[in-house]
Amino acid sequence: MVMEIVCPAGTPAALRAAVKAGAHTVYCGFNDETNARNFPGLNFNRTELRDGVNFAHQHGAKVLVAINTFPRAGDEGIWHRAINDAEICGADAVILADLGLLDHASRNHPALRRHLSVQAAAANADVINFYAETFGVKRVVLPRVLSVPEIAAINTETDVETEVFVFGGLCVMAEGRCSLSSYATGLSPNMNGVCSPASHVDYTEDHGVLDARLGGYLIHRVDKGEPAPYPTLCKGCFSAGEKTGHLFEDPVSLNAEKLIPQLQKAGVTALKIEGRQRSKSYVAQVVRNFRAAVDALDAGRPLPEGMLARLSEGQAMTTGAYKKTWR
Amino acid sequence: MELTVGPAQFFWSAETWSEFYTDLTQAPVDRVVVGELVCSKRLPFYQDRIPEALSRLADAGKDVALTSLALVTLKRERKLTAELIEMGVTIEINDLTTLAYLPKNTKFSVGPLVNVYNEGTLRWLASCGAQRVCLPPELPIASVEALAKVSAELDLAVEVWGHGRLPLAISGRCYHARLHGRTKDNCQFACEDDPDGLDVQTRDGRPFLAMNGVQTLSDTYACTDHQIEKLRAAGVGALRLSPQSRGFTQLCGLYRQRIDQNLAQGELAREVQSGDANIRLSDGFLTGACGADWTGADGQRS
Repeated sequence: MVMEIVCPAGTPAALRAAVKAGAHTVYCGFNDETNARNFPGLNFNRTELRDGVNFAHQHGAKVLVAINTFPRAGDEGIWHRAINDAEICGADAVILADLGLLDHASRNHPALRRHLSVQAAAANADVINFYAETFGVKRVVLPRVLSVPEIAAINTETDVETEVFVFGGLCVMAEGRCSLSSYATGLSPNMNGVCSPASHVDYTEDHGVLDARLGGYLIHRVDKGEPAPYPTLCKGCFSAGEKTGHLFEDPVSLNAEKLIPQLQKAGVTALKIEGRQRSKSYVAQVVRNFRAAVDALDAGRPLPEGMLARLSEGQAMTTGAYKKTWR
Repeated sequence: MELTVGPAQFFWSAETWSEFYTDLTQAPVDRVVVGELVCSKRLPFYQDRIPEALSRLADAGKDVALTSLALVTLKRERKLTAELIEMGVTIEINDLTTLAYLPKNTKFSVGPLVNVYNEGTLRWLASCGAQRVCLPPELPIASVEALAKVSAELDLAVEVWGHGRLPLAISGRCYHARLHGRTKDNCQFACEDDPDGLDVQTRDGRPFLAMNGVQTLSDTYACTDHQIEKLRAAGVGALRLSPQSRGFTQLCGLYRQRIDQNLAQGELAREVQSGDANIRLSDGFLTGACGADWTGADGQRS
């Protein structure tokens, strides 16, 4: 079977572009704090989602709705309404992380397919099966802490479909279990759907040196003219002991295109592309390339070489935890 | 209000580990959570000492519990986690995996590394047998108040991170090993040289974080000196003190005095910082604009 390509859509235009470029599935979120890409100008209102779902379905594609932040105490109604509206709009599944929300959805929306978000960081077959038995979860997005052999082992021990990230931003920490961002800025992926938010970024230049700060903490310092990466906390340059450098992770992004055949052998159902904040042309190009790769694999042809290097914006690429030595 | 001692987050030698728990039998705390939270590779060094520590603490009148790992991935770790229940004490789950192994109707505790952000999650955990929940340190006071209110209906005790470096993240990658140019599988236990974590500074010399193997902590020590009255009024049943290598029994004593109102607000923090001027404090997750903020100091976070 052809591996399913799951593509990001931050806007209705990106959704249509992804579907036209050959996406089997598109994922998106509502324009509020219920999803983990809660950026200004991004995401869907209810009408846009309904229209987007209709468009995707007419073209044989599916739409998943990410409701994958952790509801704030006292305000769970906002997240409950998001699930309800996703079902009304005809979404093919919701992507959830919060235990209370999974419980709510399984009791109140039993017919709405439930996927487990990467934000739940379910990292072994026992807990994945537990989510399946308890909440009827049909698919799990695996956290980016697992190697390919570990993913293969998980697939031999569960009937739950697995979806893995293959391209885009890379979390170094177990997802959904990181509060670095709120420690420095007060805003976090779990509570607010943002990490290292632009609202807290500050660039200053002095004597030809450019400093990038987040929440007042110096994350990158580069000479003028050098590329200045966005100050994402875990990819900053820090000192510890005698060493100075990218102690947690280099400013890299994930590209596992070369591992697609191995991931298929490992029993992975779907390949996920990160980047709901990306433009529609970027999304379309990534989708076309990955669609070509899985079609080639299915037809027994070799994969197209180095197809995505151009899209990484000069950033270094990594295969992340899929290779065990990353750890 | 009670005091709970959380699991030691750092890698200490077996002797240091045993001494720490022997000393704790004399500390004015109500509950002690023992076991390995951060890295399964550390466990063989002191695993055989856990039963004795548990029984000594119990003999000294403390409630005891055994923590699960924070991140369970390997087969060996799954087996370890499944076997926790055989120790015959309350289990504190810090990865949901643990719940998959507990026999139905087993009562358990929930640690701060399980995402309990709202009433629905709290109710669901209570329905599974949770009797005590230490809330994630990231929660603001409004969430603590809302959850403590619901906990009363659920007959469930709510605990809050009271003191110690904040556990901010857990990873598959070992940062101590990376710092030494090694991989996790060949870490050579680089983390054992840093009994309270290794300080991480920004390039302009500002203290920021601390690394502890696969875990990332805050540079600051969370301190609830200025929050205790609010937390008590909200119905929080216990404060969690996180083990540190120096002066921990005295720290427990200070919190006991503060809770018993034998120490004025602000005095506790002053005592802590007079003992070690290099310790920076925070309580920003509860009432600040960000986690690193500190009520008690003008200009500490400049």
